[in-house]
Amino acid sequence: MGAPLLKLVGKRIGLSIGLLFAVSVLIFVGTQILPGDVAQSILGQAATPEAVANLRAQLGLNDPAYVRYFHWLFGLLTGNLGTALSNGLPIGPAIAERLKNTLFLAFWAAAVSIPLSIILGLIAVRHKNGFIDKLISASTLAAISLPDFFIGYLLIYFVAVKLGWFTSVSTVYDGMPFLSRMVAIALPALTLTLVVLAQMMRMTRAAILNVMQSAYVETAELKGLSRSEIIWRHAFPNAVAPIINVVMLNLAYLVVGVVVIEVIFVYPGMGQYLVDHVAKRDVPVVQDCGLIFAAVYIGLNMLADIFSILSNPRLRHPK
Amino acid sequence: MARAAKNAPDRTSDTLLDIRNLRIEATVYPPGEDPKNVVIVDDVSVKLERGKVLGLIGESGAGKSTIGLSSMGYGRGGVRITGGEVILNGRDILKGGPSGFRKLRGREVCYVAQSAAAAFNPAHRLMRQVIEASLKHGVSSRAEAEKRAIALFKEVSLPDPEHIGNRYPHQVSGGQLQRVMTAMALCSKPDLIVFDEPTTALDVTTQIDVLAAIKKAIRDTGVAALYITHDLAVVAQVADDIMVLRHGKKVEKGDTHQIIKEPRQAYTNALVSVHSIPHEEQKPAAPLLSVKNVTAAYGGGTVKVLKNVSVEVAAGQTLAVVGESGSGKSTLARAITGLLPPMEGSVEFDGRTLPKRLADRTKNDLRELQMIYQMADVAMNPRQTVGTIIGRPIEFYFGKRGRERDRMVAELLDKIEMGTGFGDRYPAELSGGQKQRVCIARALAAKPKLIICDEVTSALDPLVANGILKLLLNLQKEENVAYVFITHDLATVKSIADSIAVMYQGSVVRYGPKSKVLAPPFDAYTDLLLSSVPEMELGWLEKAMASRRMEAAGN
Amino acid sequence: MLNIRRIPISALAGILVTLLFVLAAIFTPWIAPYPDAAIVGDVWAPASAAHWLGTDNLGRDLLTRLLYGARITLFIAFLATVLSFTLGASLGFSAAVVGGWFDELLSRFVDLIMSIPTLIFALVVLSVLPSTTLTLILVMGVLDSTRVFRISRAVAVDINVMDFVEAAKLRGEGRLWIIFREILPNALSPLVAELGLRFIFAILFLSALSFLGLGVQPPNSDWGGMVKDNKEGIVFGIPAALLPAAAISVLAISVNLVADWILNRTTDLKGGRGNG
Repeated sequence: MGAPLLKLVGKRIGLSIGLLFAVSVLIFVGTQILPGDVAQSILGQAATPEAVANLRAQLGLNDPAYVRYFHWLFGLLTGNLGTALSNGLPIGPAIAERLKNTLFLAFWAAAVSIPLSIILGLIAVRHKNGFIDKLISASTLAAISLPDFFIGYLLIYFVAVKLGWFTSVSTVYDGMPFLSRMVAIALPALTLTLVVLAQMMRMTRAAILNVMQSAYVETAELKGLSRSEIIWRHAFPNAVAPIINVVMLNLAYLVVGVVVIEVIFVYPGMGQYLVDHVAKRDVPVVQDCGLIFAAVYIGLNMLADIFSILSNPRLRHPK
Repeated sequence: MARAAKNAPDRTSDTLLDIRNLRIEATVYPPGEDPKNVVIVDDVSVKLERGKVLGLIGESGAGKSTIGLSSMGYGRGGVRITGGEVILNGRDILKGGPSGFRKLRGREVCYVAQSAAAAFNPAHRLMRQVIEASLKHGVSSRAEAEKRAIALFKEVSLPDPEHIGNRYPHQVSGGQLQRVMTAMALCSKPDLIVFDEPTTALDVTTQIDVLAAIKKAIRDTGVAALYITHDLAVVAQVADDIMVLRHGKKVEKGDTHQIIKEPRQAYTNALVSVHSIPHEEQKPAAPLLSVKNVTAAYGGGTVKVLKNVSVEVAAGQTLAVVGESGSGKSTLARAITGLLPPMEGSVEFDGRTLPKRLADRTKNDLRELQMIYQMADVAMNPRQTVGTIIGRPIEFYFGKRGRERDRMVAELLDKIEMGTGFGDRYPAELSGGQKQRVCIARALAAKPKLIICDEVTSALDPLVANGILKLLLNLQKEENVAYVFITHDLATVKSIADSIAVMYQGSVVRYGPKSKVLAPPFDAYTDLLLSSVPEMELGWLEKAMASRRMEAAGN
Repeated sequence: MLNIRRIPISALAGILVTLLFVLAAIFTPWIAPYPDAAIVGDVWAPASAAHWLGTDNLGRDLLTRLLYGARITLFIAFLATVLSFTLGASLGFSAAVVGGWFDELLSRFVDLIMSIPTLIFALVVLSVLPSTTLTLILVMGVLDSTRVFRISRAVAVDINVMDFVEAAKLRGEGRLWIIFREILPNALSPLVAELGLRFIFAILFLSALSFLGLGVQPPNSDWGGMVKDNKEGIVFGIPAALLPAAAISVLAISVNLVADWILNRTTDLKGGRGNG
């Protein structure tokens, strides 16, 4: 690996860190300076002026905005996520528990959907205009048109209620045996898989087809190589980067999709936690959760870019 | 057993390739219309003996590449061979099916593409790709194949033949890649190589080096070749016989001498004499435009692309600016028009100094100085009709509308030798030559004193380009308009210029009246440039290579 | 110019169904069998002659609720799309044509907003804003305008570097002529297709917010809100929540089919006749 390559990767990482700080400012600004008094809206219009003033003091709203921002940021960097307004408990431990659950769910959804979509994408290219290929274009249309909760409730209605194979509520708790945990997340993981699968297949297919149409594949064909030799030796090395890119982008999408899915299945994860506290107007929790979601999203996008940089022969072998 | 024998190559006969009554069709899908069938190649027969080189020549759409690829049983973009036989080494390969094709591709027939830069896989080192076909077909062991590859790299005069195979495609220049591709084609010891416009994408000075390397390699290895090109002068240097094609049909076939010296068909004759436009050089006169010591740069002065350039052109005359890619010739046009304001120097026009920036010029400045582009396709708004395109300058500069404007548009259409009926057409409904004519009409509509023509004929087929040049010369006489004619094609320059500026790496290296610039003694670069223009002469290539004094930049 | 027989069946079906939804939404008060939000039957009664689709969690007629839901859903999604398009396209075009620091500033700001997932950003902002329809439209429109900005800027930049635009600049044409006469006609078709996609996104986004309880507030309900109201029934085998979800899907698929067709007709910049 050459120095210019390291420099590019370093630059990309630096950019993401900068972006993350900018995002933290944006989230802070979004929750603090927008019209409306936070204390007032938490307590409702009927609250007495004293109660509002008390809450303002408790929230530190009387400090200037930048002081509050740096206070928050410093807390985050030292691992102190603050206290929730709604119940006065520290946010850190609550988020840690839920983040673990969310990652567990997202991991298994990814573990199923990534290999499945790549294999199906390859088959679609191998048999272009064949059954799987047509299925992909039809299911892509469905995937971008159906709301996530429609897929989720369809599964609950038919698989859980009518067939009774799984429970409709995915309860997990500490110390739950691995196998029961897997059974509990089966339906939400399946829903997530269905949500990202079509898009991932379509993009994988497009990435490989794009490579298959290049002139060097024609050269390989005119050397008398067989179809599988062409795909493995000439198309695949050039298609890996775009495919990894596709995977990363869809993982990012999956992380967001998790919010709705968790609410459908009443799964105790980050998404559920965030939505609950948005309804309660619990600003500190919302800020922390928002930033964590954004960090995961930015991180995955960064990984996608770094993989493309690393797999580009022009950058790996400079002139 | 019988089947195997039938499909095995038989190298005893003198005839290597015998294409009989070939017919190739394709289905096209015009937007908004039903798909339709078009015939790309119609009843063409080609016969090639072992070790001979046949040139296939024709304009775009002549079907020459399609015929070449049919010898490998390959059809690009869904074309289908619907009739005839392709007999290679004694058997009809069209009967062999996909597995039969795979056996002969890369073994009996190899292919050299127009753009080697795109034809090499960016993920693998060159050596691996060069020897791949040899290994696949069991021609030789890896060690032998690599040894042969290095010998071939030497044969096509690549620098550092021992190690160039370790490089990746993007680490090697375009001219060199084209040689590597030739070596790759030769590596598996095929009987036939299909060269598909192998030098067309290269700069003119690089082109003859590659051409010479290809010719030497063909001669030394004794391989037969189909050499496909649109440039008769190029193919005349390498081919034993030439077949002229047009619209997928054969026009005539003969040995090289007969085709270029005694063509039997009018079409061939037109191709041979394409560059001879009679044009009397005009006497130097007071300048209409003078570019004085102009220096220009991109990126805020970091990349200097024009260095102290001074040229002049008189009213009603033509200044040709000649150079290869990267010489700064198009940048000169941008500096004159104000699109790229010069850092230093001035542009004087019709007795006044033009403001450097486009935004500071008056409407009259803009009107008197028009421009025509290389790609007529993208120089016209695809959503406007020809009438709107030509009519807009009339409206804009002269405020004429309605009938008056329509009358002037019709007049202009007549001037460019197109009928009034074209006024309602969209650019997509015109041929390449017609598009360029409309662009000329749009420039004329402003009644300019000077038109900058930026490579206006480079994207066109030779005969169409010829028509455009003749039109430009006629219009010059009628309208007394001056041209700055930017081109890389010296043959064009010889036909139309009154004075010539030769540019090299941002500077003018030679400048003066045509008769002086094209007469010896030459500076090194002009000599290289002049000696690189293929001439319709047998043996020109050897003479040119022997007399060169300067290495081409592409190597 | 437009030949109906040339329109593929899928696009035709898309156009018809979309029209049907729009007409139903416009004429709801006249065609709905019951008044809005009136409790007219048992909780979750099955389909019957009186209630073609049954009743909901409070005993309201589901068909009536669906029709009024269509009204709210389409109304908010339409206004949000109009906002996102006006904002995004005008800024995107200006950025492409003006260039320089203006372009740089806007593009970087859009990059920043887009580095936070839209749903998450919306949740963050909605946690402090008052729950009104206006807020909802503004948040949806502004957040989604970033995507419109990106695509219209990209399309305009592509066209802006073409020779015919340079020719217009050399002729001395003003900025307005260049935007409206040279660039816009060539950018229209991809933008119209994008309009369809943005509209679908607005519907799905609104539904998701309402489903999470942060969109349209009771007693009004859009389709997403209806799913939320009736979701408890699913566990008991009552499919009332599936109906509004299916309505969203059918509408989204229909608009998609139309957008797909428009995009396919005009993937190139060939222009000319019959390419509209």
